[in-house]
Amino acid sequence: MTFEEIQSRAIAEWEDLCAKTRILVGAATCGRSAGALAVLDAINEELTKRNINAVVTQVGCIGLCYIEPIIDIAKPRQPHIFYASVTPELVPQIIEDYLIKGDPRPDLALGTVGNEGVKGIPKLFDLAMLKPQVRIVLRNCGFIDPININHYIANGGYGGLVKALKMRPEDVIEEVRKSGLRGRGGAGFPTGVKWGFCRKAPGKEKYLVCNADEGDPGAFMDRSVLEGDPHAVLEGILIGAYAIGATKGYIYCRAEYPLALERLYTALGQMREYELLGDNILGADFSFEMEIKEGAGAFVCGEETALMASIEGRRGMPRSRPPFPAQSGIWAKPTNINNVETWADVSVILQRGAEWFASYGTEKSKGTKTFSLAGKVKHTGLIEVSLGIPLHQVIYDIGGGIAGDKCLKAVQTGGPSGGFIPPELLQTPVDYESLTQLGSIMGSGGMVVADEDNCIVDMARFFLTFTQEESCGKCAPCRVGTRQMLDILERISRGEGEEGDIDKLQRLAETVRDGSLCALGGTAPNPVLTSIRYFRNEYEAHIKEKRCPAVVCTELISYYIQPDKCEGCLICLRNCPVEAIKGGKRMVHVIDQEKCIKCGTCFDLCPPRFSAVAKVSGEHPAVPEEPTPIEK
Amino acid sequence: MSLMSDKLTEILSSYKWEKGTLIPVLQKVQRELGYLSEEAISEIAKRARISKNEVFGVASFYAQFYFTPRGKHTVKVCLGTSCHVRGGPRILEAVERGLGIETGETTEDCKFSLERVACFGCCALSPVMVVGGTVYSRMTPKKVKEILRLYQ
Repeated sequence: MTFEEIQSRAIAEWEDLCAKTRILVGAATCGRSAGALAVLDAINEELTKRNINAVVTQVGCIGLCYIEPIIDIAKPRQPHIFYASVTPELVPQIIEDYLIKGDPRPDLALGTVGNEGVKGIPKLFDLAMLKPQVRIVLRNCGFIDPININHYIANGGYGGLVKALKMRPEDVIEEVRKSGLRGRGGAGFPTGVKWGFCRKAPGKEKYLVCNADEGDPGAFMDRSVLEGDPHAVLEGILIGAYAIGATKGYIYCRAEYPLALERLYTALGQMREYELLGDNILGADFSFEMEIKEGAGAFVCGEETALMASIEGRRGMPRSRPPFPAQSGIWAKPTNINNVETWADVSVILQRGAEWFASYGTEKSKGTKTFSLAGKVKHTGLIEVSLGIPLHQVIYDIGGGIAGDKCLKAVQTGGPSGGFIPPELLQTPVDYESLTQLGSIMGSGGMVVADEDNCIVDMARFFLTFTQEESCGKCAPCRVGTRQMLDILERISRGEGEEGDIDKLQRLAETVRDGSLCALGGTAPNPVLTSIRYFRNEYEAHIKEKRCPAVVCTELISYYIQPDKCEGCLICLRNCPVEAIKGGKRMVHVIDQEKCIKCGTCFDLCPPRFSAVAKVSGEHPAVPEEPTPIEK
Repeated sequence: MSLMSDKLTEILSSYKWEKGTLIPVLQKVQRELGYLSEEAISEIAKRARISKNEVFGVASFYAQFYFTPRGKHTVKVCLGTSCHVRGGPRILEAVERGLGIETGETTEDCKFSLERVACFGCCALSPVMVVGGTVYSRMTPKKVKEILRLYQ
């Protein structure tokens, strides 16, 4: 079958589908954890019960994770209507009202997608969270069936590959170079230039790797793309393979993403069926094979030389460069590694042209970038923005501001390799250079927001605990240095910090940064350095006053029951796991500070109308030592 | 024991040994047999024609591999950044208290093993914990009790 035939069949299937009533359920990992599969069952049950003919499809994530599960109902020739926070109980109501009676229930609907609108329902992409976004990588997520290659093809998929195969490989590289695309894994190296190195390297056998070992513990962009639109990534890999002259590709995906892996295995099978893998792909003088390698749980394997060692079946430890992978990579053959998002960008760059892509972004940072917006913002989820957008807009327009109307403390970008950005620098544009200037990095796209209830020392300690545990141990600056830094941070958060600790941390940080073999160690001090740079006073409060201003660090806080507020209801007393609360009915309860393990159960369970439990740091409120009768 | 050996032989003979096979084999053996026993490691070493030491060296590098039997249900508590800022450590404490074991341990009745994981990628619905293949989102210490009860 020629590609034209494949394409026209796919388009016919898609048009046929669009002529039917469809219900799309967002069933990526995030949707599922919010209960999407129960909603899916309820939909199928209701359709059968009422004998309604509709196609139900599981789709990827549209990014509005905070109001999952989301369903999208599309009647033929009518706009899609999205419903959010759907429960199985709500399903029969929506189906009866919209599918049977024709009432789209504007009171329940979130938004519409389509040329025409529906009275009383806003356009989905006019919503505050979606309006500033530009969906290039996420173009199909939430709209196509990720396990049906025809849906991808009907929406322009593999058109980029067809176009590339008609060009000379050098011209494909030039096209990618012209687009200004830079590596989306974090380092931001120009993709076209990197490909050029590997293309020019001598040797017939060359390897290509898709790095899907999304290791930043606060990032899920790659997972979402692989779950929602795997072929967008795979098409990019094929284009890269053709341009570079690679014969074999590996997708290195972390095992913590079972659904993404399932999608990948399915997608590779479909590619084989359509002869998009194997010898003479689409009749061209181009042969390529692809294999999935499941990661085995090591953060350092996101580093390219460690990743290659792991593919070769060894301990995933980095080595010094040069030689660079482009000269000597897997099995000492020239190898090119790009991350999931980069590959998804490549397919669309070939489909729509370098100039179109470069029309987004800034002078040096072209195109868009996906971020996983998480932590204390109101609208958590997966977003994609044009590079150069001010951070302020990401947090307040897209993210809807801070949840619970608390105060923003910091935005953390780049995970364990990145840094904290304080509120006063929120006008900073989100691009590679600007974030680096602040001491942070773009990273792969993790963006975690901390509010006034988060302690910056605790967060720095959290990241360093992570990097220290994940240090492979090969080089001393990283192995020993991160341990030393962590020891100091742990002391500080226990209230045993000493004068001079901050300087010591900074000196150690420089050694670790400059002396480490790979980027894991080289960037590990960033969270500590930026937190000292912007939040020195919090460190000083811990060290000098033995006080945690955010009331987080366990050893510096205590819980008290306020006598004037306690109603003697016994709830905290009964739930305390260590029986540290004394009291009785209509008696003011008292916490035995010696016994208390500071688990916070009493604080959480005290009924909000009393709010009698106080959490303090550096204070010792005067409260009775024994239970006393309530005087009210 | 012999059932396990049969299964092991069956798995190992289904692989054609070439470069890069070691980790996929370790993963398959663990998936089928639950953990990597000493016997499994020495069989794998024989087949791969490398030393036991080398096999163990690779396996022990990666967090995924276990060398002792696991509980029937593995509870994994996420301690990624987003889970951390939204109370993940307290979820872990609640599970530890609920099961009476520390992270990395298995209950005496072999029902539960407890692990902490860096990130499941469910950051937007944090804090998260996973039992078997089910992801539980927006966790609270109170929900921990209810969920563990489902698996008792």
